[in-house]
Amino acid sequence: MNDVTMKGLGERMWKVVGTRPVRPDGVDKVTGRAKFGADLNLPNMLIGKVLRSPHAHARIKSIDTSKAQALPGVKAVVTSADFSDLPSEFIPAGEMMVNFRDMTRNVMAREKALYEGHAVAAVAAISEAVAAQALKLIEVEYEVLPHVMDVAQAMQPDAPLLHESMYTIGMEPKPEKPSNVAKRVEFALGDVAAGFAKADVVIEREFTTQPVHQGYIEPHACVASVSEDGQAELWCSTQGQFIVRNFCAKLLGMELSRLRVTASEIGGGFGGKTVVYLEPLALVLSRKAAQPVKMVMSRTEVFKASGPTSGARIWVKIGATRDGRITAAEALLKYQAGAFQGSPVQPGCMCAFAPYDLENVKVVGFDVVVNRPKVAAYRAPGGPISEFAVESVIDELAGRLNLDPIEFRLKNAAKEGTKAAYGPKFGPIGLVQTLEAARAHRNYGVPLKANQGRGVASGFWFNIGGETCAALNLTEDGSVTLVAGTPDIGGSRASLAMMAAEELGIALDKVRPIIGDTSALGYNFLTGGSRVTFSSGMAVIEAAREMIRRLRERAAKIWEIPLDSVAWEDGHARAVGGAKQVAPMPLAEIAKTAGKTGGPIVGYAAINAQGAGPSLATHVVDVEVDPETGKVTVLRYLAVQDAGRAVHPSYVEGQMQGGAVQGIGWALNEEYIYDKNGRMENPGFLDYRIPVCSDVPMIDTVIVEVPNPRHPYGVRGVGETPIVPPMGAIANAVANATGIRFTDLPMSPPRVLKAIDEKHAATSK
Amino acid sequence: MDGTRKFKVATKHHVTTTINGDPAEFLCTPEQTLLDVLRDVLYLTGSKEGCASGDCGACSVILDGRLVCSCLVLGVEAEGRDVETIEGMANGDELHPLQQKFLEHAALQCGICTPGFLVAAKALLARNPDPTETEVRYWLAGNLCRCTGYDKIVRAVLDAAAEMRGN
Repeated sequence: MNDVTMKGLGERMWKVVGTRPVRPDGVDKVTGRAKFGADLNLPNMLIGKVLRSPHAHARIKSIDTSKAQALPGVKAVVTSADFSDLPSEFIPAGEMMVNFRDMTRNVMAREKALYEGHAVAAVAAISEAVAAQALKLIEVEYEVLPHVMDVAQAMQPDAPLLHESMYTIGMEPKPEKPSNVAKRVEFALGDVAAGFAKADVVIEREFTTQPVHQGYIEPHACVASVSEDGQAELWCSTQGQFIVRNFCAKLLGMELSRLRVTASEIGGGFGGKTVVYLEPLALVLSRKAAQPVKMVMSRTEVFKASGPTSGARIWVKIGATRDGRITAAEALLKYQAGAFQGSPVQPGCMCAFAPYDLENVKVVGFDVVVNRPKVAAYRAPGGPISEFAVESVIDELAGRLNLDPIEFRLKNAAKEGTKAAYGPKFGPIGLVQTLEAARAHRNYGVPLKANQGRGVASGFWFNIGGETCAALNLTEDGSVTLVAGTPDIGGSRASLAMMAAEELGIALDKVRPIIGDTSALGYNFLTGGSRVTFSSGMAVIEAAREMIRRLRERAAKIWEIPLDSVAWEDGHARAVGGAKQVAPMPLAEIAKTAGKTGGPIVGYAAINAQGAGPSLATHVVDVEVDPETGKVTVLRYLAVQDAGRAVHPSYVEGQMQGGAVQGIGWALNEEYIYDKNGRMENPGFLDYRIPVCSDVPMIDTVIVEVPNPRHPYGVRGVGETPIVPPMGAIANAVANATGIRFTDLPMSPPRVLKAIDEKHAATSK
Repeated sequence: MDGTRKFKVATKHHVTTTINGDPAEFLCTPEQTLLDVLRDVLYLTGSKEGCASGDCGACSVILDGRLVCSCLVLGVEAEGRDVETIEGMANGDELHPLQQKFLEHAALQCGICTPGFLVAAKALLARNPDPTETEVRYWLAGNLCRCTGYDKIVRAVLDAAAEMRGN
């Protein structure tokens, strides 16, 4: 059962917002018509393939491509020699940073291969078979180097060094020697020593998490076509056509306007399609061959060479008074960055304790390179890792204090006015409301049987805004085309069209949304950071308001009255203030005569959306642990989240349900497994097992609405927060079912069974 | 191995089959999968490749009434058989009840797994018109969805089954 709790902004009578229409792109997606990354074929098209390092760490002494080049049917071969080297500089890219020195090395290894699967060469040929044959003819001479996979080992002074020129940023004094530690970050508030001194109970624990993959079902895919005069078109599955354009243009030394990028339909991303892998290779191959080049990753390549999120080691210490008030909280986070710096340890630090109103907090994080694929953003990057650890300790503290876990969280919950350890004072946020709704939900009272346990966890994510454009074009028959610049990954065409219809006062089916390519609009930041309904929604509403102003101008002109005597209500211009007695003029009528009254009518918005509101959630899960096998079964699951305003509640619920199940996979099953040579042993869906339909129950949802005052409709982002609480909630449920506190993810059957057996052995002594 | 062979034999096989009720012919190499043929030879790109190992179900088709992963079937095996893909699911401009219910229940987010789920669900309802939630979940366990958490998919299938039974 799914519920919506309405709070605030009750004054406006919504007509479209809050309803559940069929999405505008729905029919294409249930008939197989929708074109995803690998679904485009162009005349005269070549197939590109990548040669990848079999070694986790190796110096590339030489690459001989002559035999491959000589193979009939091979049209282009490229290596790092086809890319210019770029200086090290950090560019903010939403929730992560990018560094083009590293990016050019990640798409094509230069001096060294830094992980198994690292690209070392690529070919384009007349068929996949010829391309595969050509890869076998490329001779690479490697000097295999010692590798390091774990953060703790990578931080040792004698660890194999990935980058000889990397000195830790954020250390005083500046280190004299290079290391694998890219960065140290610290966030602090108050005095933790004094806070712990006031505590009656202090609990500290160490945790580990393993790298997990975003697991989108659609592998990376693109088609590039570069013409002889250097103009290029690129079709690809991406979360951001504009960032792909900018990254590729930088890597290839191209002018931005000469590269037109079209986002295909995207078969999942979860942050993993916010970077480039194949795209620059396909462009360089196409430029060399002067033919279109298509490239598609295999599932193995997706696992080995595209971004998982960090594995981590975490230490958390929290103290509280007997009456349940937290006095101090401290954490140390060490995140794997993969082969290049840039783990999400900073956001991990920032949101670690963000759900709580604390006087004394200190969080230190380390960004550590290891011989694994470079991590990419994954849904609330960094947050689920640190908050899993924190929520586990919070739960244990509540137990020690004999307090209900929701009651303990309510006593310490962040609310409007709370100063977060990472800086800002929160505006209206909905944690308290989610906790109260969770406690009131029927699931919270279901009696449990033997070997069953209930777990609670809350979660926080910032959400972001950023640069956004949207266009509304009024057609002659009064219908409206909407052009957005953010790929629709989960129903945003619906939510954007709904906001346009709401603002213009017209029926939803009069608005036809499309996703524009990079030449259709000004720059748009990507689909990520839970920003699309917030930012593109804000731009659409602004564009609609501009269109309404023009519609009023035309009506004023027709009626020969001043502009301020024309109001816009329910899709009609109305003369107000007694200026003239005329019947209201509908949008369609103004559209019909637009050519005569001043020309076509459009609305355009180009904004930097500010004021994204954090979204908080509370999840409650019941599990049963099989003492014979160690298997954890999720019996029932409740996700409660503050959406600000749920424009299309079904797709908000969908985000909550999908995030919960991704989190179930992270908690119970998923992990990268490597052999002693640093080669991945489970690069497929059979052995890297994501949750399937029979693994999970229905996911109950409650949407809480605490409107975001910085958005015209109160919207917050909702996409990322749902993956933050599950790991903590499940660990807490397993602890309640077994009496064992699990601090290492995943809680897979062998690990759980071992702990149960050890507990029995200890108690039977 | 016949080392004396002087001429090159044809590397492609001619296959005659039925796809979505219509006669179809194609040429394919011996190692090409049915999925490769559907997508790259016949341009029926509604069937998706998510893994090429039979683990994700995005390429699900119905072969002589039986649900299969087309990435695990060779193109030549389609000879004389009857293949049903997502492209043949709607009846002209009328959506199949499963397609309609997937839309109404918002049972898709990104949509890449949707064709496979629809084909698999159609095969389920052909065998079992009145499945329980558990039966739906186990039947669809061969189809991976990373977006929805399966909740709305299961509801859509149960609702479509009820409608198709005339409830």
